[in-house]
Amino acid sequence: MGTSFGRGGATTFQQDLQNADCLLIMGSNMAENHPVGFQWVMEARERGATIIHVDPRFTRTSAVADIHVPIRPGSDIAFLGGIINYVLQNERDFREYVVNYTNASVLIGEEYEDTENLEGLFSGWVKDRNGYTFNSWQYDGTNVHGASGQRESQESLAKYQGLNPQEMSKLEAGMPPKIDRTLKHPRCVYQILKRHFARYTPDMVARTCGISEEDFTKVAEALCENSGRERTSAMCYAVAWTHHTTGVQIIRSAAILQLLLGNIGRPGGGIQALRGHSSIQGSTDIPTLFNLLPGYLNMPQAQKFGPLAKYIEDEGGKTGYWGNMDTYITSLLKAWYGDHATADNDFCFALLPRLTGDHSAYRSILGMQDGAVKGYFAVGENLAVGSANSSLHRKAMANLDWLVVRDFSETETASFWYDSPEIESGDLKTEAIGTEVFFMPAASHTEKNGSYTNTQRLLQWHHKAVDPQGDARSELWFYYHLGKRIREKLGDDTTEPYADAIKFLTWDYHTEGPLDEPSADDVLREISGWDAEGKALNGYDKLKADGSTRCGCWIYCGVYKDEQNQAANRKPRAEQNWVAAEWGWAWPANRHLLYNRASADPDGKPWSERKKYVWWDEEKSQWAGYDTPDFEKTKRPDYVPPDGARREAAIAGTHPFIMQDDGLGWLFVPNGIVDGPLPTHYEPSESPIGNPVYPQQSNPGAQRFPREWNPSNPSPSESHGDDFPFILTTYRLTEHHTSGAMTRTVPQLSELQPEMFCEVSPELAKLRGLEHGRWATIVTTRTAIEARVMVTGRLRPLQLNGKTLHTVGVPYHWGRKGLVTGDSANDLLPIVLDPNVHIQEDKASTCNILPGRRPRGRAFHEFMEKVRSDAGAEVTP
Amino acid sequence: MKAKPRFPWPALRQLDGDPLGTGAAVQSHKTQAWTARTTDAKVVKSVCPFCAVGCGQKIFVKDERIIQIEGDEESPISRGRLCPKGAATRALTQSPLREYRVKYRRPYGTAWEELPLDRAMDMIADRVIKTRRETWVADHEGKPVNHVAGIASLGGATLDNEENYLMKKLYCALGIVQVENQARL
Amino acid sequence: MSTFIDLTGAAAQSATYGADEQQRMGFFTDTTLCIGCKACEVACKEWNELPEDGYEFTGWSYDNTRELNGNTWRHVTFVEQFSGRSAGTGRWLMESDVCKHCTHAGCLDVCPTGAIMRSEFGTVVIQQDVCNGCGYCIVGCPFGVIGLKEAEGTTGKCTLCYDRLKAGEEPACAKACPTDSIQFGAVDELRERAEKRLEAVQGRFDGAQLYGTDTGDGVGGTGSMFLLLDKPEVYGLPPDPIVPTKDLPQMWRAAGVGAALLVAACVAAAVRA
Repeated sequence: MGTSFGRGGATTFQQDLQNADCLLIMGSNMAENHPVGFQWVMEARERGATIIHVDPRFTRTSAVADIHVPIRPGSDIAFLGGIINYVLQNERDFREYVVNYTNASVLIGEEYEDTENLEGLFSGWVKDRNGYTFNSWQYDGTNVHGASGQRESQESLAKYQGLNPQEMSKLEAGMPPKIDRTLKHPRCVYQILKRHFARYTPDMVARTCGISEEDFTKVAEALCENSGRERTSAMCYAVAWTHHTTGVQIIRSAAILQLLLGNIGRPGGGIQALRGHSSIQGSTDIPTLFNLLPGYLNMPQAQKFGPLAKYIEDEGGKTGYWGNMDTYITSLLKAWYGDHATADNDFCFALLPRLTGDHSAYRSILGMQDGAVKGYFAVGENLAVGSANSSLHRKAMANLDWLVVRDFSETETASFWYDSPEIESGDLKTEAIGTEVFFMPAASHTEKNGSYTNTQRLLQWHHKAVDPQGDARSELWFYYHLGKRIREKLGDDTTEPYADAIKFLTWDYHTEGPLDEPSADDVLREISGWDAEGKALNGYDKLKADGSTRCGCWIYCGVYKDEQNQAANRKPRAEQNWVAAEWGWAWPANRHLLYNRASADPDGKPWSERKKYVWWDEEKSQWAGYDTPDFEKTKRPDYVPPDGARREAAIAGTHPFIMQDDGLGWLFVPNGIVDGPLPTHYEPSESPIGNPVYPQQSNPGAQRFPREWNPSNPSPSESHGDDFPFILTTYRLTEHHTSGAMTRTVPQLSELQPEMFCEVSPELAKLRGLEHGRWATIVTTRTAIEARVMVTGRLRPLQLNGKTLHTVGVPYHWGRKGLVTGDSANDLLPIVLDPNVHIQEDKASTCNILPGRRPRGRAFHEFMEKVRSDAGAEVTP
Repeated sequence: MKAKPRFPWPALRQLDGDPLGTGAAVQSHKTQAWTARTTDAKVVKSVCPFCAVGCGQKIFVKDERIIQIEGDEESPISRGRLCPKGAATRALTQSPLREYRVKYRRPYGTAWEELPLDRAMDMIADRVIKTRRETWVADHEGKPVNHVAGIASLGGATLDNEENYLMKKLYCALGIVQVENQARL
Repeated sequence: MSTFIDLTGAAAQSATYGADEQQRMGFFTDTTLCIGCKACEVACKEWNELPEDGYEFTGWSYDNTRELNGNTWRHVTFVEQFSGRSAGTGRWLMESDVCKHCTHAGCLDVCPTGAIMRSEFGTVVIQQDVCNGCGYCIVGCPFGVIGLKEAEGTTGKCTLCYDRLKAGEEPACAKACPTDSIQFGAVDELRERAEKRLEAVQGRFDGAQLYGTDTGDGVGGTGSMFLLLDKPEVYGLPPDPIVPTKDLPQMWRAAGVGAALLVAACVAAAVRA
């Protein structure tokens, strides 16, 4: 979403779903995984909205939807691409919105070649590097900086190759130099889109997704009918879109569709990304992610080494709000290095460590397997159950020198050295594992102050109710005191490398209470920032590049506005409108519905009375409405930027996507996505069928790691391709939370779903002799697990080109610890990743299923040896 | 509140308008005094720790102990409602399996051992310093890098923003770049 | 109806509270809104401090708590209707079941210890400090709602959160319910709401029907009403519940007549003698 719209967050907020006229829930089982947010979907339904659930399984969401379409796992782009084609072929797009607010009219350079011509690849493919260069995807006449996305890509792809910074962001009157507002030019984005998606006919969709043309058309028509001036449609997705090797491109498909239908920035519209953890949005905003600094600033990279000015040149835009990169990074460095950071020493920019490539989570685990990673912190994460190919994770942990696990109870990660399937099978031996393990009990949210950022970018403060008992401590305590100890141990005269980075660090939060708990309020104030006089900043437009302001995360700037913890705002809902601006604080600048300038027409008038939200108030000469305008408050709708304008001044009064270089919604992404400017259907990395759409089978850019402990199941075209004939898909249940560490420890939840089970159709049960309520063993080349059998009509066989395809569904909540235990579904999965965001493919791979329980002990080891050798899937180191 | 019954014995109370003994007459003293245990508890405003919907919670505290957690009806997002996990939040924080002591497993050890918190913190600090030094990478292909190759961290999606901030800040200062969380998983 | 029957109805029993009598309160559970999340089950257990009821996979769709009993006072029933065929054409029905708080409550009638009482809110409550676990109420309930609480040696069922009602709070399950499938309110008002809702969903949901709203049924109507999407028996609910003590007045009358005849006979005999 960052690449299409400018910010990597949900464009809307949950309460506003009630205003939708049609809701497409896809890649999400919202009723089960976000039940309380789902109340707003039910509100919309009761107001007459059409609720569509597109999902391989008939779930508790499908049960209350108006339409359920059971597509094949991994065929999402084909389905959405089909709707895009339907919209374009029938000219059902919201033309006035598309022409004015998106890059539909922009001409792309002549060198660009589409997948239509290159058998499923785009121009710029570099075979020996397994990636693309972006040169041929550029706007005709200028290069543009991506608002996001390339920030999460592999440096090794050298994406900036050939891009001359001086040619970046050349706008004329706020528009890229070559455009065709009639949308007729063959090189304009609109026509490129039309050609690219022409292949996704209803017939092709039916054949690829395993559904009827009629079902497809019903959905396409419902979305078209419920979009336009008077009506809006919203989309909700969750990890069932991200958990694919094409995850980013699935979300891109949704973004393209919502832009064509004119549903972004408008009430009842938008794309609601449903995140799965209390602060998962917060943990990307203030990232515990390798590639980012707070506020979606890139971590500096070795390949682009240079002074701060070069970093700003490389990473910042010239136009739009990324043009203010200098103020964001300088304020961050000031927050971290305080008085030590001066203009003379480049604000200590050199003290930041540099990346040398992909350092993402799975890379670390592979590094552990290789012996390069020696120390590991698992902080409220249970990788021994929750990560793909968790068996590899457990074996890799046995190579560590030391492991710190911080959690409420002893998780499978903490106990891998004496209680794991590998110990049981003899693959690991306790006495032979040299890993030193520290289990540190954690404080719960009731035992500490702090803020979570929820799925709609809303920061909400939770207050401490009681003190933690015993040795239980917050992460704030742990990291604060760890930092202090390390600093004290090093002393002032240390010879440790780069000790200044530690010595200069501002680390002076005041502590309180008998436990010496650092003040979370202090930390939030630093995140929000202050000015030269030490006064809290009211917003990121106050940040300076001269070192006079400090701000730990520019997008959170203002959360401590007026010296008040705005995240702790709790004005009751009855006392405000549905936007609820005084409940918590939403980034950026307390804007709840992003890009909301698009809720008004180019002249600044609401598109319709029914869909009124933010509009230009000519009398007051400012934007007004129900929410904070996501636009400069006094920028007139008829503002035309002078040529050569920089920063936000370069954004025209009609361009709502202010984070983008050109202020437009990007249907076509010339810069920022490593696996193509447009979505393309590729098969999952493991698929029981050949790609029906292109000769290119799976995502050519996907990250694969063929190595010991991570073999792939053979595909149908290879020998033994039929050994794993079924589609495997994993998911969550309402009653449990991820690896179960927070729910299998709770009696009242454990009784609701007490055992690991798998779901199969009656047809598959018959085919394999599986009996309802008894046991089955699910097999991949990684491992085999056992589960109780649930035979249900909620799963159905798919018919594809005369072939019958079966799906095995498995929830992934179980492990060996807790009140209720069972085998872990993630043990079955390979490590294979989306190339943009390094997320694994959980939702579609292949498996076999057999009746009965799995072998035990050494017999299990031998069973797996045979599976792998039969499949020819032995991967030697 | 209910008027005090005129007769203490249920059998006599039956004479007082409840001849069949199915209503007021059979209320025990305990029942008469029975009311919501939260009425005189302290209320602390909070947010559900499970998924990212961000439901408002009210934590009821009595004698420094949490006696109930339920939805905050003032929240514009959740309107006082909770899912089964959210409704079990008190049970989560008071789970029978919760650990309150540091546990230590020495290399090649076969059982957990006890370890004082302070000692554990000290040992962890030592190990970070040691591994940092031993796996320090000064440059890569001729370019300065200054990062630690041998330490990685996973965690953050269930933590507070303030905690993530301190983690990222400290790790950066130490040169640790392999910092990841569940958002990727 | 006899005076006797009038004395056992919810209204008459609540009236024993005199000035403390409250409006009769109840539930309307609208299954067209239920997403089967079981928040009601957990919220109920949390508030009423009820233990788990065993960790056993049943294979009954997503239902692993099986039934209402002494320690499970809200229970979600799952009914899969796919006739062995493909998804998209079938239905998955979910219903959160609970004590019906009958107008004529069998459990209350048969309780020999006075442990069960009609509260001032017209609800039926087992007083844990009085109950001796004799179990008469278990068989006295036509809905099979009540069960033993083995650890305590008492029986248990929904109290409609009597303690919360006294504090002006709504029952825990209704408060938690994410989609407002469980609605709490005055029984008269809920009955009206149920009728209106039925009318509104006609044509939208096949098989929509009300359960428990008929005051002429075998329990005199219930305090917990339901909008179902199929026949009650599909959800495991008795289609025609009858309070087992329904014939009690007639029996008492018959017994009374018999006793009178006996007395008369004795008198006659004595006179003859």
